[in-house]
Parts: sequence; C-alpha cells; structure tokens
Amino acid sequence: MTSAIMAAGVRKSFGGKVVLDGVDLEVGAGTTFSLLGPNGAGKTTMVQIMSTVVHADVGEVRIAGHDAARNPVAVRAAIGVTGQFSAVDNLLTGEENLLLMADLHHLGRAEGRRRAAALLGQFDLAEAAAKTVATYSGGMRRRLDLAMTLIGRPRIIFLDEPTSGLDPRSRRIMWQTVRELVADGVTIFLTTQQLDEADQLADQIAVLDHGKVVAAGTPDELKRSIPGAHVRLRFADTKGIEAAERSLGGSFRHDDSLTLEVPSDGGAIAVRTLLNRLGDTAADIAEVSVHTPDLDDVFFALTGHPTAETTPETENAR
Amino acid sequence: MTSMALAVRDSATMTRRSLRHVLRYPVTIVVSVGVPVLMLLLFIGVFGALKAGLGTGPHVSYIDYVLPGIVVMTAAYGSSITTQSVNRDSTEGIIGRFRTMAISPASVLSGHVTTALIRTLVGVAVVIGVAIGLGFRPTADAGRWLAVAGVTVLLVLALSWLAVAIGLAAKTVEGTTGFILIVQVLPFISSAFVPPGQMSGSVRWFAANEPFTPVIDTLRGLMTGTPSGGTVIAAVLWCAGLALAGYLSARALSRRDLNR
Repeated sequence: MTSAIMAAGVRKSFGGKVVLDGVDLEVGAGTTFSLLGPNGAGKTTMVQIMSTVVHADVGEVRIAGHDAARNPVAVRAAIGVTGQFSAVDNLLTGEENLLLMADLHHLGRAEGRRRAAALLGQFDLAEAAAKTVATYSGGMRRRLDLAMTLIGRPRIIFLDEPTSGLDPRSRRIMWQTVRELVADGVTIFLTTQQLDEADQLADQIAVLDHGKVVAAGTPDELKRSIPGAHVRLRFADTKGIEAAERSLGGSFRHDDSLTLEVPSDGGAIAVRTLLNRLGDTAADIAEVSVHTPDLDDVFFALTGHPTAETTPETENAR
Repeated sequence: MTSMALAVRDSATMTRRSLRHVLRYPVTIVVSVGVPVLMLLLFIGVFGALKAGLGTGPHVSYIDYVLPGIVVMTAAYGSSITTQSVNRDSTEGIIGRFRTMAISPASVLSGHVTTALIRTLVGVAVVIGVAIGLGFRPTADAGRWLAVAGVTVLLVLALSWLAVAIGLAAKTVEGTTGFILIVQVLPFISSAFVPPGQMSGSVRWFAANEPFTPVIDTLRGLMTGTPSGGTVIAAVLWCAGLALAGYLSARALSRRDLNR
C-alpha cells in the first residue's frame, strides 16, 4: 500500500516556543488517520505544515508523493482542507461560495453548477443556498466549509477539529460524510480532542502531546493501554460500602467519598448484573454513575499528566 | 492551459468575487464618490469667490483649479475600501483556504487591485460628470483625456498596492486606520485646493514635495492647460515607485506563514 501522507522529524517553533518536537507519521492511501490531542498539543500546526501554509523548521513532509516544502503547488492540487475556523466568504451566498470554489478549480460552468447543487443538498443547505453566509449558524457555516473543500474532489482531505462546537445534527452529517469519502477511496487526516470521534472514524490514531507523538496504533490497541471503564457506586454510609465490597470483590474503595469503583464496560446489562449481585445492599447506594475512558484517561495513562497542564495559547495563535 | 493563462483566469475569478462584494454592499461606493462630490461643492462654495487671490490664473475658474485634487481624493477614498476588504479577507480565514488551493497565489491580491481600478475609474467618471454639471470646463482633447486616464490608473495602482500591503500587515481592521487617515489627509496638504506657493513655512515645503502634488498638477495641466514636463516625470516616478514598493511588500507579506 502506498502512503498518502508521510512526515518525518517535523519540528516547528514559534517565537522560541517549541510547538512540534520531531513528529513522524504515515497514513496509507484510502484510510482515515486521527491525530488526537488537547488544545495546544500542536495539531493545527501539523495540519498547517502538511497543507503548505506554514513551513516546518526541520523535517520532511510528503503528500501524495510530493514534497510539501519544495513542490507546494502539486501538494495543493491533491488536497482539500477544512480548518477549525470556517474559511468561507461571509459576503457571498452559500451557492456563490461553492461556485467560487468551482471556478478556482477550473471546472466548467455547467459542471460547477451541478456539483454545487448536489453538495448543497447533501449538506442540508439547499434552502439557505441563496442567503448570505453572514446569516448562517455556526453549524451551517462548517457544513458549507466542508462542501467547499469537497467540490474539487480532493483525494486527500485534512479536517482540523471538524466537529468541535457543532450541534449533534451537523456532527452526524460530518461523520457520515467522512465514512462516505473513505468508501470512495479518499484519504482522511482528522484532528480531534474527542476519543470517541477518533474511535468512530479512524483506522489509525496518533496521540500528540506537547508537540510529540506519545502513542500510536489502532483504536483497539490504544484503548487496551488505557485504564478500563468502571461503574462508580456512592453509598450513604460506611456500613453499606463495607457490605458491598465484600460481596463484589476486585473493586476499589474511596473511604473519604464513600465510593466504590467496580471495573465494568459500563453497558446496561453489566450494570444490571452488578446491581443484582449486590442484592439487598443495593438499597444503600445513593448514586450510580458509569465512567468510560476519555481523553483525560488516555493522557493520564500515556503521559502521566492530565490534559489541563498543556497550554492552549499556541494552538489558537491566529 | 499555460500557467500564465491560469493566473489570468484565477485573477478574473477573484475580481468577479470582489466586484460582487461591491455590488452587494453599494453603500461603500456611494460614500467613496459622495464624499469627494461633497468636498467639491464645499470648496467651490468657500473658496470660489477668492480665486483671483489664489493665483490660479485669471482665466481659470476655481472649479477648474480644484477638480484634479477631487479626482485624487476619490482615488484615496477608494484605496481605504481596498485596504479594509483585503484585511477582512486575511483576518476572516478565507485567505487560509485560498492558500491551500492550487491557484495562482497573486490572483487573490490582483483581484482586489483590479476591482479597485474599476471601482475608482467609475467613481472618477461620476465625479467629473458632476463637476461638468457644476461648470467645470476642461480644454483637453481625446489624447489628453487618455493621458488623464493613464495617470489616474497609475495613481490607483500605487494607492491600491499600498492598500493591499497595509491590509495584509494589519492584524485587525483598526490597524488599517493609520493608512486611511494618511491618504485622506494628504490631499488637503497639497496643491489640491490652494497652490503651495501661497502657504507658509514647513507646510509649504511639505505641500510642494509630497507625492499627491505632482499628480494633481499633472492632471490639472492635462485637463485645463499644459503640464510641465518635470511635473509629469515626478508624478510618474512617485506613482511607479509607490506601486512597486506596495507590490513588493504585499508579495512578501502574502508569503509569510499563515499564523504570523
């Protein structure tokens, strides 16, 4: 399998602050790759380097076989980019934005109109097509942004936090679109802060922290390295917690908060089985909560520090 | 298609885009023509009676004297619209999209400059039309009018490329106000309304040597008399020099890393 994206030893500093500290990654053609990390990890900078708008200080980046530094024009011809900040023309209508992109991709007039109409329908924007983008909601703007990226039919697409701050409907459309694109053989590189998004979409995940890849692998490989999900039982008094601990075994007890952590996949059946095993003791439970591994757990497991320690300012420099 | 043909095609696309902006929000163009026309009326009203004392020549009425300055003012107002729209592009994220596309990199900027040319030339034509209605009596023949158009184009190119560079350099739209203030104030301290010879001290020196003065004098000579060769050369050199400086800065700025 040929690789669509290859990065080796990429380093970048902004004003003395190291943002990327030697990043290597490889993405096979026709697969989905997710770069996972908190704010400030360097995800956006990595996308900007790969999409030729920022130059790496050191390192090599090859996109569709072309060197990003030496032949940016060939790279641009192969890629489409949808960033965190919607790159749309607010003074034009949704349809005019798409036709502008069609013209810049040198599609014929008829072909441009045909593709624009199809994308407006696909992204649920047909009704708003004739309205200026300034009147669009955030979700509509992001959908238009992705539609503008797709009109040129790029073979490699970079999506920088495509669903952050999106309403559930827009998020569903976004995920569905990614799956359809991959089915058509398009390579997707997406950054996200959400483990479940990477889990849903990606074939391969790399975890970025402080400009370094701290873990990489398939979603399953990665999740195996994370502490498992558990059910948390909070009790009204110490008598209840002691009885429950005896009947369950293998649980972890927090005396100060009167809680018991029981390893579990957190599913409904598992929770019901757990409560059945407790029998009458269940009456002493004040609260049941299910805790699934999230990015914080990944980070804690992989780096030994929580995500909050990383600073957000570098990522959102613009 | 050759890369040159593609560059022209992309520039045409970008020009259509900016022209669409102008037509969608016509208020800006109405203001940019309306303000110079207002200035014309104001100055004719205030100074028209004093023309004999202004050394503008016995046979030249004040409107004949003042109109070339109003033309330059129209170009200056036009460039403040250009700098704001370039700044809006570069701060709103669309420039990031353009830069990841396989388009001619200069087309984004040349689209703005071409639009500025069209917008300003239409504005200047309107202003001259109004002035003729108010009693402006140019003596130029077709060749002279062509030269007027040529000098105006050069001036708009100089102001527009500077406007593009400032628009790219400014981090927010407020950052462009310095440029806007300068281009709008400079015509007042030039030969636009009063010959610099009638001014005093350092103001006289400034008015005689600032770039707008030779441009205004050249336009005035072409429209209602004969321009002196030295003035024409000074006007062309100023415009060409400023256009080149603006173009080179804009090119350098547009090649920076996106985040910086």
